[in-house]
Amino acid sequence: MPTGVAATAPRVWRRPPAIKSASLRWAITIGVLAYLAAAFGTTEVNWHRVWEGLPRGARFLSAFFPPDFTTRWSEILDGMLESLWMTVVATAVGIVLSIPVGLGAAKNVAPAPVYYLCRGFLAMSRSFQEIILAIFFVKFFGFGPFAGVVTLVVATIGFYGKLLAEDIEDIDPGQAEAVRATGAGWTQWINYGIQPQVMPRMLGLALYRFDINFRESAVVGIVGAGGIGATLDTAFNRYEFDSAAAILLIIIGLVMAMEYSSGFIRRWVN
Amino acid sequence: MPVTLHGATKVWQRHDRRTQFTIWGLWLLAAAGFAYCSAFVSEKTIWPFVLDAPAQAVDLGVRMVPPDWSFIGTLWKPMWDTLNMATLGTAIAVVLAVPIAYCAARNTTPSVTVVRPIAIFVIVSTRSINSLIWALMLVTIIGPGVLAGILAIGLRSIGFCAKLLYEAIEEIDEHQVEAVRAMGASAGQVAAYGIVPQVMPAFAGISVFRWDINIRESTVLGLVGAGGIGLPLNAAITTLAWTKVSLILLVIIASVVVSEWVSAKVRQAII
Repeated sequence: MPTGVAATAPRVWRRPPAIKSASLRWAITIGVLAYLAAAFGTTEVNWHRVWEGLPRGARFLSAFFPPDFTTRWSEILDGMLESLWMTVVATAVGIVLSIPVGLGAAKNVAPAPVYYLCRGFLAMSRSFQEIILAIFFVKFFGFGPFAGVVTLVVATIGFYGKLLAEDIEDIDPGQAEAVRATGAGWTQWINYGIQPQVMPRMLGLALYRFDINFRESAVVGIVGAGGIGATLDTAFNRYEFDSAAAILLIIIGLVMAMEYSSGFIRRWVN
Repeated sequence: MPVTLHGATKVWQRHDRRTQFTIWGLWLLAAAGFAYCSAFVSEKTIWPFVLDAPAQAVDLGVRMVPPDWSFIGTLWKPMWDTLNMATLGTAIAVVLAVPIAYCAARNTTPSVTVVRPIAIFVIVSTRSINSLIWALMLVTIIGPGVLAGILAIGLRSIGFCAKLLYEAIEEIDEHQVEAVRAMGASAGQVAAYGIVPQVMPAFAGISVFRWDINIRESTVLGLVGAGGIGLPLNAAITTLAWTKVSLILLVIIASVVVSEWVSAKVRQAII
């Protein structure tokens, strides 16, 4: 054994740190600690009330075993069906309306003024939470599912239009150009050059948006815009935890069913 | 390639006849379903109110300008609470999401038959319940306040973070894990040196992305009593103080824009 090797100190490997500069690492650590101290210091928690609520929490958990589907069944069924109708209508209308907006917001299809107009509209409709939109639409259209449908339509346009526009911007321009070179008109160009390229992904996203809309339709009811949310709110306010548990389980079950079937539909289409 | 003959000229079509009929059939079904559902919605709608909407909108618009800027001093505290709910809630969620994602990923789960379905069920159930409903529940249980908001945001985000994280874990390069294991590393060391470095960028990206969404969501939790900027918003709406409402909406837009900018910058720095 050569003596040179034995003379060197044993080398220990250490994992390289995630952030290379040591000073930046310290600054971030101190910043995070300071923020946490400030956040916990200023958060007022009424521990007495929390303590008081714990048995109520236990009662709520025990209400899941078994949940009470029967007592309020007609209200639950009404609310659920209303949520479903709202979801179907809002998803369909929202997607149909988001096609022109999405086309307008794609840089490679629309002229500049249309592009900025559509992008602005998309940014606007996405910056508000559905609930805030729902409050205003309830003021405009009165209580009931119509306000909820309009809310979900606006939210759908904001989501779907943006993703559609991004997808159109990412297409293979060669195919679109080939269609154009055959002398196709504008609608033919869209129909045969662009639509087939974005269709598979957009179909998947439509199903995903349906799923989101159903979940959202369960909350817009809290502010009076129809759907199961109103029933759920009432159940909580009356401390009818077993009915609330039943509603929550139905929502979870439906969302799970949608997730499975959307995977199935996507495979079938492809 | 479906080509039909019209006399002597060949005409190309995108689909053959059978596919064409199937597609038409599906469209017909969809249209019928839509008509059926919209009939129900319209039955429950009070149309005179709907027709009155433009007038209402104009009326409200007039009453909302100009925003009442003198009110801004009282908004800093609720805004800080909103920020805290989003940040602390996200922190709780990512901490809890890690073990759940580890159990849910096919390549790391301790047992495919027992643990994985449980983890998946946890993910789906926290994801399918909106944070507003979580807040509604928590407010009735532990009382109104910021804590209910933090927990609501946290519980809602676990599923989202865990789902994206377990997908990232399933996509890792198995060779690196194999190499670490071949050196005689224990299960914990395999996770720390083989898996964690590979999913770390995704993990940071997911956290920031969810934080951005949570800022948006925590602005409304006050409507059911869970603290934050939603409390003054609710108070202003119920007292019909529309100039205050418009100011609060401006503050919300500003915070959403800032959080979106921060999240985009951080994600750029990571990726």
